[in-house]
Amino acid sequence: MYDWHEIGAIDDIPRLGSRVVQTPHGDVAVFRTADDQVFALRDRCPHKGGPLSQGIVHGHRITCPLHNWVLELESGQAVAPDVGCATHYPVRLEDGRLWLGLNNVLSLPTAAPAIA
Amino acid sequence: MKEKLVLVGNGMAGMRTVEELLTIAPDKFDITVFGAEPHGNYNRILLSPVLAGEKTIDQIMINDLDWYAERGITLHIGQDIVEIHRARREVKSADGTVAPYDRLLLATGSNPFILPIPGNDLPGVIGFRDIRDVETMLAAARTGKNAVVIGGGLLGLEAANGLMKQGMQVTVVHVLDTLMERQLDPVAADMLRVNLEERGLRFLMGAQTAALLGEERVRAVRFKDGLEISTDLVVMAVGIRPNIDLAKKVGIYCERGIVVNDTMQTYDPKVYAVGECVQHRGQCYGLVAPLWEQAKVCANHLARYGIGRYQGSVTSTKLKVTGIDLFSAGSFNGGPGCEEIVLRDPARGVYKKLVVRENRVQGAVLYGDTVDGSWYFQLLREGTDIGAFRETVLFGHAHMADSGRDGFSVMTMADDAEICGCNGVCKGAITKAIAEKKLFTLDEVRAHTKASASCGSCTGLVEQLLAATVGTIGKTPAEKPMCKCTEHSHDMVRTAIREQHLTSLARIFEALNWKNPDGCHSCRPALNYYLISTWPSEAKDDQQSRFINERVHANIQKDGTYSVVPRMWGGLTNPQELRAIADVADKFQIPTVKVTGGQRIDLLGVKKEDLPKVWADLNAAGMVSGHAYGKSLRTVKTCVGTDWCRFGTQDSTGLGVKLEKMTWGSWTPHKFKMAVSGCPRNCAEATIKDFGVVCVESGYEIHVGGNGGIKIRGTDLLCKLATEAEVKEYCCAFMQLYREEGRYLERTAPWIERVGLSYVKSRIVEDEENRQALCARFLESQQYAQIDPWAERAGGRVDAHEFQPLQRVG
Ligand SMILES: Cc1cc2nc3c(=O)[nH]c(=O)nc-3n(C[C@H](O)[C@H](O)[C@H](O)COP(=O)(O)OP(=O)(O)OC[C@H]3O[C@@H](n4cnc5c(N)ncnc54)[C@H](O)[C@@H]3O)c2cc1C
Ligand code: HEM
Ligand code: SF4
Ligand code: FES
Repeated sequence: MYDWHEIGAIDDIPRLGSRVVQTPHGDVAVFRTADDQVFALRDRCPHKGGPLSQGIVHGHRITCPLHNWVLELESGQAVAPDVGCATHYPVRLEDGRLWLGLNNVLSLPTAAPAIA
Repeated sequence: MKEKLVLVGNGMAGMRTVEELLTIAPDKFDITVFGAEPHGNYNRILLSPVLAGEKTIDQIMINDLDWYAERGITLHIGQDIVEIHRARREVKSADGTVAPYDRLLLATGSNPFILPIPGNDLPGVIGFRDIRDVETMLAAARTGKNAVVIGGGLLGLEAANGLMKQGMQVTVVHVLDTLMERQLDPVAADMLRVNLEERGLRFLMGAQTAALLGEERVRAVRFKDGLEISTDLVVMAVGIRPNIDLAKKVGIYCERGIVVNDTMQTYDPKVYAVGECVQHRGQCYGLVAPLWEQAKVCANHLARYGIGRYQGSVTSTKLKVTGIDLFSAGSFNGGPGCEEIVLRDPARGVYKKLVVRENRVQGAVLYGDTVDGSWYFQLLREGTDIGAFRETVLFGHAHMADSGRDGFSVMTMADDAEICGCNGVCKGAITKAIAEKKLFTLDEVRAHTKASASCGSCTGLVEQLLAATVGTIGKTPAEKPMCKCTEHSHDMVRTAIREQHLTSLARIFEALNWKNPDGCHSCRPALNYYLISTWPSEAKDDQQSRFINERVHANIQKDGTYSVVPRMWGGLTNPQELRAIADVADKFQIPTVKVTGGQRIDLLGVKKEDLPKVWADLNAAGMVSGHAYGKSLRTVKTCVGTDWCRFGTQDSTGLGVKLEKMTWGSWTPHKFKMAVSGCPRNCAEATIKDFGVVCVESGYEIHVGGNGGIKIRGTDLLCKLATEAEVKEYCCAFMQLYREEGRYLERTAPWIERVGLSYVKSRIVEDEENRQALCARFLESQQYAQIDPWAERAGGRVDAHEFQPLQRVG
C-alpha cells in the first residue's frame, strides 16, 4: 500500500523538466510534461544507474543523460530495443499541490545497488 | 528427457553454433560448455582494437556469464577438456569434472605457431591469440620500451600497431620481402609498409630469426646474419595451427585439422567440429566468415533440420588498423589467362587491382579506398560477367549508379550477401530489420542487427542500405531527416528558421508540422542551438532543450556527480587562482583534481547541490565558467612564445588570451577548440584544433578543421596573415561561418570535408566584404552570449530549482 507525501506545487517543476524528491530509499525523480502531467520514477536508469532527473523530457518519455536510453514515464519501461525498467510511483495532483505515493517501507528495495 | 550437447571450446565458432541452435530449436538440448579461458565468450577479432586502446574488454564481450545462466546453459570456464571417452560418451576436464553427452561439439580453435628456435619458451615471448596475451602485452608496454613482432601478416601488423599505440618502439620482422604476402601484391604491400613506417613502425624485411636471448626474460633477438636487437617483448605471429591435440588423442581422424564432412561431423558421427580446428575438403580457415556458415550448417544438423550442407568458403580480409584501408580477396597474382585491371592514384594514396579471367573477377586488392570491397567480393563469389562495365568497374558501383547504367548498387546485392564480416550479418537481415522495425539511423541498425557494431569497416554499406531501404518505404528524403520527429533535414530546418523568422521552438514545431508535439532529445537541443545562433537577440535559450551539462553548466560524470573547470585565459593562471581552487577542493571535499588536455584544471566529483557554492567561491577569486561542458568555445591552448621561449617568433600567449577573451561564451554546433603556437615546433598542437594559429617570423599561419578525437584529422591551411588584428577578424569570421552553416553536432573537421576547403576560402579569404559581415554578426551575438553562467546561478538568480531537491520525505 502507499503512503502519500505532499511534495510541493506543480509550478515548482519546470515544464519538460524534473526535480528530485529525496527519500530514505533513494532519490525519486518527478517529471512534468508539456501537457502538465506529472510522473515519478526512481532516479536510477536501468542501464547503468544514470540520474533520470537530469535527462530530457519529451512527450511522455525521458531520455537518460548518460547513454540516451529512452524510458516511458508512465511505466518506467525502456523503449525498444533497450530492455529494462525503472520503478514508477503514483503522483496525485490536488489543487495545484503534488502528492507522491511511496510503497510501505517493507516492500521497498532496501539498498541501492552500487553503480556499475 | 532432453538430449545432452557438450561444447568443448567457448570461442567464436562453438558459441555461434549454440546461438544458432537456440534460435531454431531452443528446447532440444541440455547444453554444457567447457572453455579453457576464464571468460564468457568474446569477439576475438576485436582484440586488436583492445590492444590499440580503441575498445575495452567489456566492449568486446559477446555473451557474458549471465547470458549463459539465463538460457540454462551450464558453463565451466577455465576448464580444459583433457579426455573424451567415446564409448561411454563422456568428457572429462583437467580438474576431473565429467559430463556425459549425446552429441559432442569440438570447437577448440587454433594455437599460435611458435618458431622452433632457442629461447622460444622465455617469459616475454608470446603469441597473439587471447585476452591473456593482450594483458601480457599491455603490461609489457607499461614497463618496457621495445617490442619485436615476428611475422608481417595480418595478425603481426595489428599487434605491432597496437603496441606502438601503447607507446612502444616496435620492430616488425618478416622473413619475406613483402608484407602480408598471402593477401597483397608487391605494390599494395609496399604502400602499406611506407604508410606504417610513417606512423613509426620499423621493419626488418627478409630477416631470419635465429634465437631469442635472455636469462629470466627475453632481452634480445638474434638473426642469422649476426644482427642482434634488444627488446622487452617478442610477439610471434607467424601463423596458426589448428588445435587438434584432444581429437587426435582420442582417435578422431585428423590431418592438418579435424576432418569433417559437409554436415560438420567428424569420423565419429556423434562428434561434430566447427571453426579453425577443422579441415573441410582439404581446407583449414583462419577467419571468421567461414565459421558463421559452418555454425549454421552444424546447428541445422544438430536440430535435425534437414540437410543443409557446408560447401567451403571464399574469404576476404581487411586490416584493422585505424586509418589504413585495405581489402583483399581471392587470388591476386593472376596466373595463366588472367588479366589485371589496375587503378593508381598516388596523390590520394589509392591503389586498386582486379584480377580477371574471361571477364570474371578472380581476385581483388584495394588500398586506400575499400568502399567497393564488398561489391567486388560479391562479383567474385557469384562469378558475374563484368564485360558490360569493365572499363568503369574500378570506379566502383556508386559510379555505375551515377552513370545511369542501373543495376549495381548495394541494393542489387543478393539477400544472403554478407555485409558485416565481424558479426556475420547478411544484407537480407539488415533490410528486413530496417523495414520491419522501422529503423532510421545507423545506431538503430547497430542495436538491432549488430551490423557495423564492431570494427566499423562496413559502416558505409550499412548507410547505403539504410538510405535505399528507408527510401523505398516512404518518400525518398532528399537529405537525412533530423530525427524521427520530422522529414526535414538539418539544412531545411535552418533555412526555414531564417527565412520564416521563426524564433521559438513552438513556432518551429507548428510551421514545420513536427510529428511529436515537443520533439525529442535529439532534435530539441539542435533546434535550440539553431534558434539562438540565428536570432541571438530574439530567441530565448530554452533550458529544458539543453543537455544536462549545458543546463547546469558542469559535466555530468558516470556516478551522477559533476566536474567543474574554471576558465584560465590562454592557459595562464596565478597563485591567487590556484589558492582559490585548492581551497574549493578542500572545502567541498572534491575527490579528484586533474590537469586537462586543454591546459585547464578540472575538479571532479562535485555534488550537484554544491555547484552554486563552488562557483561562488571561484567567482570570488575572479574565475568564470570554462565552458568545458558545452557545444561552445572550449579552450585556447597556447605555448609560451616570445615571452620565454628561445624559438618563439610572436607573442603566442598574448594572442591566445586575446582570442579567448573575444570568443568565450559563444555557442557552436559542436565543441570548438583553438590553439596558438609560437613557432612551427607547434608545442600547443595547433594543427589538430578547430582553429589553430602557428606563428612564424613573417606573421601567422591560420589552420582550420583539425580534430584530435576518435578520428584524427590534421588541419588545412586556410591562409597566412600579417597582423594580430587580422587573425582576430579571421577567427570571428571562421567561427561565425561554422556557426551558421555547420550542422548541430558536426565538428569543423567533417563540416570542412563536406563543404570543401575551397568553399571556406571563398567565403572568408577571398571575399573581404563577406568576411567582415560574418565577423560583425559574430561580435553582435557575443553581446548576448558573454554572460558568466556561473555568476548568474551562484547568486541563485537563475534556475535555482536545478540545484535543490524538490522535497525530502521520510
Ligand atoms: C588478434 C586477432 C585478430 C583477428 N582478426 C580477424 C579479422 O579481422 N577477421 C577475421 O575474419 N578473423 C580474424 N581473426 C581470426 C578469428 O578470430 C578466428 O578465426 C576465430 O576466433 C576462430 O574461432 P574458433 O571458435 O574456431 O576459435 P576460438 O575463438 O579460438 O575458440 C576456441 C576456444 O576453445 C578453447 N579451447 C581449446 N581447447 C580446449 C579444450 N581442450 N577444452 C576447453 N576449451 C578449449 C580455447 O581456449 C578458445 O577459447 C583474428 C584473430 C586474432 C587472434
Ligand atoms: C564393420 C564394423 C563396424 C563398423 C562399420 C562400426 C561403426 C561404428 C560407428 C559408426 C559407431 C558410432 C556410432 C554412433 O556414435 O552412433 C560405432 C560405435 C561403437 N562401436 Fe562399432 N563398428 C563396427 C564394429 C564394431 C565392433 C566389432 C565392436 C565391438 C566388438 C564395436 C563396438 C562399438 C562401440 C562400443 C561403439 C560405441 C557405441 C556408442 O557410442 O554408444 N563396433 N561403431
Ligand atoms: S611552439 Fe615554438 S615558440 Fe612555442 S614553446 Fe614551442 S618551440 Fe617555443
Ligand atoms: S545509465 Fe541511463 S542510458 Fe546508460
